[in-house]
Amino acid sequence: MSSVVTSQRLPARPRTHRWRPGLGPLGTTAAVTILAAVALAVLGPALTSADPNTSDFAKAYGAPEAGHPLGYDGQGRDLLARLLTGAGTSLLGPLWVVALSMTAGTVVAVTAAWVGGRLDSVVSAALNVVFAFPGVLLAMLVAAVFGAGLGAAVLALAVAYVPYIARLLRSAALAERRKPYIRALEVQGAGAWAICLRHLVPNILPLIAAQATLFFGYAMVDLAIISFFGLGVQPPDADWGVMVASGQSGVLQGFPAESLMAGGCIVVLVVAFNVLGERLCGPARPGVRSSPRRWRFRFGAAS
Amino acid sequence: MTEAILQVEGLRKVFGAAVAVEDVSFSLAPGGSLAIVGESGSGKTTVANMIVGLERPTAGRVVACGRDRSRPPRSARERRERGHEVQIVFQDPYSSLDPRQSPAAAVDEVLRLHTRLGAPQRRRRVEELAELVGLDKRQLAALPSRLSGGQRQRVAIARALAAEPQVLILDESVAALDVSIQAQVLNVLADVREHTGVAYLFISHDLAVVRQVSDEVVVMQGGSIVERGPTSRVLDEPEHPYTRLLRASVPTLGWRPARRLTHFSTEAR
Ligand SMILES: Nc1ncnc2c1ncn2[C@@H]1O[C@H](COP(=O)(O)OP(=O)(O)OP(=O)(O)O)[C@@H](O)[C@H]1O
Ligand SMILES: [Mg+2]
Repeated sequence: MSSVVTSQRLPARPRTHRWRPGLGPLGTTAAVTILAAVALAVLGPALTSADPNTSDFAKAYGAPEAGHPLGYDGQGRDLLARLLTGAGTSLLGPLWVVALSMTAGTVVAVTAAWVGGRLDSVVSAALNVVFAFPGVLLAMLVAAVFGAGLGAAVLALAVAYVPYIARLLRSAALAERRKPYIRALEVQGAGAWAICLRHLVPNILPLIAAQATLFFGYAMVDLAIISFFGLGVQPPDADWGVMVASGQSGVLQGFPAESLMAGGCIVVLVVAFNVLGERLCGPARPGVRSSPRRWRFRFGAAS
Repeated sequence: MTEAILQVEGLRKVFGAAVAVEDVSFSLAPGGSLAIVGESGSGKTTVANMIVGLERPTAGRVVACGRDRSRPPRSARERRERGHEVQIVFQDPYSSLDPRQSPAAAVDEVLRLHTRLGAPQRRRRVEELAELVGLDKRQLAALPSRLSGGQRQRVAIARALAAEPQVLILDESVAALDVSIQAQVLNVLADVREHTGVAYLFISHDLAVVRQVSDEVVVMQGGSIVERGPTSRVLDEPEHPYTRLLRASVPTLGWRPARRLTHFSTEAR
C-alpha cells in the first residue's frame, strides 16, 4: 500500500498531546525564584567573605555596614553569611526527604497497583491508617526518641510522607496499568519489571515530578518547624528554621531582622514550590489539558 | 476438520454476582477467520480477555496451539511462548500505544522479547512489518501523538504481528475508525492474512465488516452463544430471533461490503 493512504483524512481524534507554553507568569516567577535560591545556596560561600560561624559579641544585633550588608545576629555573626549557608541546609534537607519519600512512595504505589487483589487492599488500608497521622508530629516523635539531628528528621519526615505520595500515585498507576498499551505488553509476555520500569513509571513521571515539587515545599516548612523546636538542624549550624528560632530573643529586644529574614526566605521558597508544583500538576486554566500530558510531551519525547 | 489452532470449551466468567460469559465453546482452524458478534455487554471482550490471559476463566478451558492456557503461565518462558501463540489488537487506538514510544521502538521491543535478532536484522524486520501494514518511514519514527487513529491501529497490528502469532484477536479494532480508514485497515488485515496465514478471531458488532472478513460467525447474547455457522448463512438466513434482531438493527447491512472495499482500495493504491 502506498503512503498516499496514510497521508490523510484524519478521523476525529482527541487533541491531547498539544503542548502549550506552560507555566504562565506566576509559574515562571516561581521557577526563577527557586533557581535563584539554588544558585545562591551553591555559590553562597563565594559571595561573602564573612564566616557564618564567627561571632563577635561586640557587634550583636549590629546594623548593616560595609562588607556586612545585612548586619549581625544576636551573637554578632554575619547575617548574610548565615542566610546563605542556611540556604544550603534548608534546601538539601527537603531534597533528601523528597528523594526518599518519592522513591518509596512510587515503589509502594506501583507494586500495589500492579499486583492488585489482596495486596492492593491491604496496602490501601494501611496507607489510610498512617495517612491520618501528621508528618511533622511523627518526625518530631522520632527525633525526640532517637536523638535530634537533620538525618533523623529527614528520615522520619520521608517515612511520614510516603502514605500521602503512595496514595496519590497508586490511583495514577492503577489507571495507567489498565491502559491497552500496558495490557498489550502483558499479552506479549513481557515481564512485570520491564513493563513497570520502561513504560508505566516513565508515563506517570510527570505526575511524580509535580508531586515532588509540591512536597519539597511541605518538607521545607516541616523541617523548619522541626529545627525551630530544636529537633532538627543543631546550632551553631546555620539553617533558616534554626535562625527563626534563635532570632526570637532578638524579636523581643526589638531586633527582628534575623527571624524575619530567615522566615521570609522560607515563605518565599515554599510559596514558589507550591505555585510551581500546582502549575505542573494542577487543574490549570480552562482549555489547558491536565499538565502531566504537557509534561509528557515536553520531557518524554525520546523514544 | 483440521486440528484447531484455538479451542475454547465451556468458558464461563463470573464478576461478583453477574455472569458475563456462560458456557462458550468454539474453535478456530489454522488460517481461519471466526467472528464473534453480539450487542454491547454480551461478553465478547471478556471472552477475548480470557483467551489472551488478561482475565482468568471461572470455568472452562482455552487451548491454543495445543497448549492449555486457562491458568496463568508458570514461567517467564511460558509467558513469552504464549505471546507467540495468540495476540490481540484492542479497540481504542489512542491508548493502545505507549505515548513515549515511536512505532519503530514499540515493534522493536517486541522483536527483542521474542527473537534473538541483532539490531540490523531487527531494523529490517521492523521495516518489513511496517510495509505489511502500510506505514511509511516517517510514521515509524513519529510519536503516537502525531499519528491518526488508523495509523495507530496499523502500528498495533504490526506490533502484534511482530510476535508471529498463530492467532490474532481483533476486539472491535476498527470500530473507532471512520468508514474510509476502516476499509483501509480491513484491507491491511486481508493482506496480512494472505501473507502470514494467521488466523483471526474477529470481534465486532458491525455485520457488514464481519461479512467481509470472516468465514464463520458465532452470535452472542447475554454471555452465551445463541447461533453459529458460516458467515453468509448466519447473516443471510438467521435462525435465531436475536440474530434477526441484530441484523435488522444494523442499517449498514444493505451495503454490499465487497463494493465498499473495492471502492476504497482502488482509491488507496
Ligand atoms: N472487570 C469487570 N468487572 C465487572 N463486570 C465486568 C467486568 N468486565 C466486564 N464486565 C461485565 O461483563 C459483561 C460483558 O462485558 P464485555 O466487556 O465482555 O462485553 P462486550 O460484549 O465486549 O461489550 P462491548 O461491545 O460494549 O465491548 C458486561 O455486563 C460488563 O458489565
Ligand atoms: Mg468489548
